[in-house]
Amino acid sequence: MAPKLQLAIYWAAACGGCDVAILDTDEKILNIAEAADIVLWPIAMDFKYEDLYKMGPESIDVCLYNGAVRTSEQEELAQALRVRSKYMIAFGACASWGGIPGLANLTNREDIFKTVYQETFTTINQEGIRPDVNFRAPEGELFLPRIYDRVWSLDQVVDVDYYVPGCPPTPETIWTAVEAIVTGNLPPKGSVIAGSRSQCDTCQREKTEKKIAQFKRPYEIIPDPNKCLLEQGLICCGPVTRDGCGHRCTSVNMPCRGCYGPSEKVSDQGAKLLNAIASIMDVKDEESARQLAATW
Amino acid sequence: MSEKFEPIILGILCNWCSYAGADLAGTSRLKYPANIRIVRVMCSGRVEPTLVLKAFQEGADGVLVSGCHPGDCHYVDGNIKTLRRTPLISRLLNQIGIEPERFKQVWVSASEGEKFGKIVEQMVEEIRKVGPYQKKLGDKLDVVMHEVAQSAREAAAGSERRG
Ligand code: SF4
Ligand code: SF4
Ligand code: SF4
Ligand code: FES
Repeated sequence: MAPKLQLAIYWAAACGGCDVAILDTDEKILNIAEAADIVLWPIAMDFKYEDLYKMGPESIDVCLYNGAVRTSEQEELAQALRVRSKYMIAFGACASWGGIPGLANLTNREDIFKTVYQETFTTINQEGIRPDVNFRAPEGELFLPRIYDRVWSLDQVVDVDYYVPGCPPTPETIWTAVEAIVTGNLPPKGSVIAGSRSQCDTCQREKTEKKIAQFKRPYEIIPDPNKCLLEQGLICCGPVTRDGCGHRCTSVNMPCRGCYGPSEKVSDQGAKLLNAIASIMDVKDEESARQLAATW
Repeated sequence: MSEKFEPIILGILCNWCSYAGADLAGTSRLKYPANIRIVRVMCSGRVEPTLVLKAFQEGADGVLVSGCHPGDCHYVDGNIKTLRRTPLISRLLNQIGIEPERFKQVWVSASEGEKFGKIVEQMVEEIRKVGPYQKKLGDKLDVVMHEVAQSAREAAAGSERRG
């Protein structure tokens, strides 16, 4: 019998959804457990970092790292896991591109602390206490991870071998990735393990000529279940998003939020989406363009 | 500081009207600030938002996009695409904290050399006031490296103590 796969699963700046998604593979989780020895999985099992530090270089076959990198602890673990893992996998949208936590990069640490620890209506903090990296307690000095000024994707911190996209990745995507690893049938380094076309390419909705006279929010309309959502005024990220999720959202009448990341050849998903949206705005002069843009 | 600061503006100009206009400003020896670095594209409709963002990523202090007046585009309606994109780009830049002074989209015809010079002059003035483009996000690499080093020292000190 082939030796069991040594598997580490780690969560960083994450919501927990990615870990739950692994459990969501239902009975397949048992196949994973059969194929693999789990050496670290903070959300599900009790391990100590010390045990990890005792492991030698490349002693872990695969590390599934979910969540973005936002604290010194997450960075330290990314590095510790990198040297100990043969394959480092950015698991989920946060690890791959920053995801929801990446929105923190629209501002900075100082402004976020100000809001959270001082300015919200429900905050009472007359002493102006802020999180600190060390604290002198009667029992001795305590150390906490430092929160960085910005949020990093995993590949901005360590070398990444593969990306498993999604917020969270669907069980099918996870299983495809696990199978590829177990069988050694891996794509070239740096690949995103999901579809290779765009959502729109494989979307079953009826597409005609796209023209938007007004942008709509999902709560404002009950969309026609057969027609392209973008044509109905909903902002659907389908044109710029990689497929492979099985059209999770569009098949239940919700526009795609882009969680499988940019499709092949798209570098900046958001900017590319702006471009796609601009080309279907039904306006011909500057004033109407401004008015329509304001409804987005 | 402000008298020393010379903003760098990337000008993305369409070949048929605006580039000719800028050229006219040059050949008629109209002076306009040397702060602008001009890139010529066939049509302003070619200027995707990705390019504007890239210019800022690469360190431009401002971006000026210029095309033929609506109705005059060499490719009929390339600039209609431009005018649809402009308000979306402005909103995006605003969201990510890039001041409105740093991005302008204008129409300049082949005969409007003087107008082009004035637009550039004014843009340089306005950007001088807001100062060099600095990513508000504090992601200057040296700052981060400093933080990382400091965290590493703390972690080391911590684990020594923990034994
Ligand atoms: S990718 Fe989505 S599900 Fe996974 S940790 Fe991030 S926010 Fe949660
Ligand atoms: S925009 Fe959305 S709804 Fe329309 S075809 Fe693309 S994925 Fe389907
Ligand atoms: S439809 Fe879009 S947002 Fe929904 S799961 Fe698929 S890629 Fe993600
Ligand atoms: S050719 Fe000048 S804007 Fe299209």
